[in-house]
This record gives sequence, structure tokens and C-alpha cells, in this order.
Amino acid sequence: MVMSIHWFYYAAPQNFFRLSARLWPWCAGLAGVLAVIGLWLGLVVAPIDAQQGEGYRIIFVHVPASWMSMVVYLAMGFWSVLGLTFKTRLSGMMTQALAPTGAIFAALSLWTGALWGKPMWGTWWVWDARLTSELILFFLYVGFIALTSAIDDVKRAERAGALISIVGCINVPIIYFSVKWWNTLHQGASVSLTQSPSMARLMLWAMLLMALSFWAYTVAIVFYRVRSLILQRERESQWLKRWFDQAQAPKANGI
Amino acid sequence: MDMPIFSVHWDSLNDFFAMGGYGLYVWGSFLACALLFLIECVQAKRVWHEELNHLAQAYELDEGIARLREERS
Repeated sequence: MVMSIHWFYYAAPQNFFRLSARLWPWCAGLAGVLAVIGLWLGLVVAPIDAQQGEGYRIIFVHVPASWMSMVVYLAMGFWSVLGLTFKTRLSGMMTQALAPTGAIFAALSLWTGALWGKPMWGTWWVWDARLTSELILFFLYVGFIALTSAIDDVKRAERAGALISIVGCINVPIIYFSVKWWNTLHQGASVSLTQSPSMARLMLWAMLLMALSFWAYTVAIVFYRVRSLILQRERESQWLKRWFDQAQAPKANGI
Repeated sequence: MDMPIFSVHWDSLNDFFAMGGYGLYVWGSFLACALLFLIECVQAKRVWHEELNHLAQAYELDEGIARLREERS
């Protein structure tokens, strides 16, 4: 028997509101567990790097943050396309919930990159293709947040945000392939789909665990934030009133 | 049985914090991540409670208006 998933069922804010309430605590817990194991392996167990000494350990946050800064932007592009084509109410909220987390990851990628660059390259910053395109990604996030906050009409803000999300997606492959297309100071990919990894297995595991932890954290925080946006946008809905009465009644009665 | 995941790389806690002379850079990176994630979580929780309060106020207002209408009719 083929089990079908009703994707559009969860496009309705009331259904997603309940789903996200159940999922976010599990994702947050998973992020915590993976982070503890990843940090243990990366900071305590992993051996010294022959070329970069102990300074290479920045990789355990730099690479996951950089990956997530790109993944989150692509997710924003995905939700924006869905929103523009199917006019699903949830799409705009998801795009808006993703943006601050993506901006944080882009900022962390730049910050940890600068802290890695100084001892290894002798400079905090260089106008290299990889660094510059990542900086553009950060500005795209900031631009998205500024643009959507500046427009009062929610629907217009969502359409404008969707446009900037979709157009900005062009920058993601530029970031990823910049180290191949141009002669950059930034090193090539440590992990690639087509080549075996250039790192020791223990270091690779620590990095992948940290990346998975960042993934789980992203899902948790975005699901949590989208619930606030649903409260804000669905204020007139009867389902929300029913949920509110049920959820808040025990608190009002001191239970 | 050999358990490489429990073989600690460091000789002392001081070595661990010094990170071979890269302590400022390594800890500067990890602490920045922890700090930004913490701020993000606190901010998200604050917004959630704000929205709940706004909702409570809106419903109270609706109920007040409904009561007034009933009294007048």
C-alpha cells in the first residue's frame, strides 16, 4: 500500500501550528545532543592538525555555519516559489521565520572566517571571491529583513520578500563554486559529493555532527518562530481562538 | 577494546584553554556562536510571549465589544 503524505494539509497554518508545536522540542533536544558529541569529538578528542595546529578547530563551527547560511537561503527561495505559485499562507511566514536564523549563520560564517583567517593568512579580511560572495549573502538577509519590515501591508511585504529571496538564490552557487571558478585565498571544499574528503575521519565526523546539530537547531528555532508569526497573522481565525481558550484556560485557573 | 572517542587529546586544562596559542581565535569563534544562538532563543521566546499577550488583549477587546452590543440590544 502506498502511503501518501498530504503535503498541502500542512500548508494550512492551523495544521502546521500543531505539527511545529510537537516537532520543535525534539529538534532542539537533538541539536543539543549532537552538539555535545560534536564538541567533545572536535575540541577534546580530535588530534592536532599538521599544518594549522590547534587553530583548525574553528572548522567545527565555521563550516557548519557557512553551509547553513546557504541552505537557509535556498529554503527561503523554495518557500517563496511555493508562496508565489500556490499562494499558500504559510509560505510567507516560513520565509520570514527563516531569515533571522540565516542572517545569524552568515554573520557567524564571516566572523569565524575572520578569526581563522588572521592566524592562518595574516589578515582578518580579503576581497576574495568566497568571502565577498558570503558578505553579499549576509547583505541579502539584512535586505530581506529590512524590506519586509518596512512594508506595512503583509501581502505586499511577502511578495517583495519572495522576489528578493528568489533572485538572491543566484548567489548561493556562486559562493559554493567560487573557490573553483576563481583563484581564491580561501581553501577548496573540505567535503565534496564527487571526491573523498580531504580530512581525517575523526575530524570529519566531528564536523558532520556539528553540521547536523546546526540543522536541528535551525528547524527548532524556525518552527518556534513561525508559531509566533501564526499567532500574529491568524488573529481573526476561529481555530486560533479555540486553541487559545484551551491552552490558556489552565494557566488562568492556576493549574 | 580500543575506544578512540574517549582518548582525550589534552594533557591539562590550561593546554585546552590555550589551544596551542590559538585560544583567542578558537574560543572567540565558539563563544560567538553560543552567544548569538542564546540571544536568538531568548528573543524568539520574548516574541512568543508578546504575541500571546497581544492575542489575549485582542480577545478581551472582542468580548468587551460583544458584551456592550448585547447590553444595548
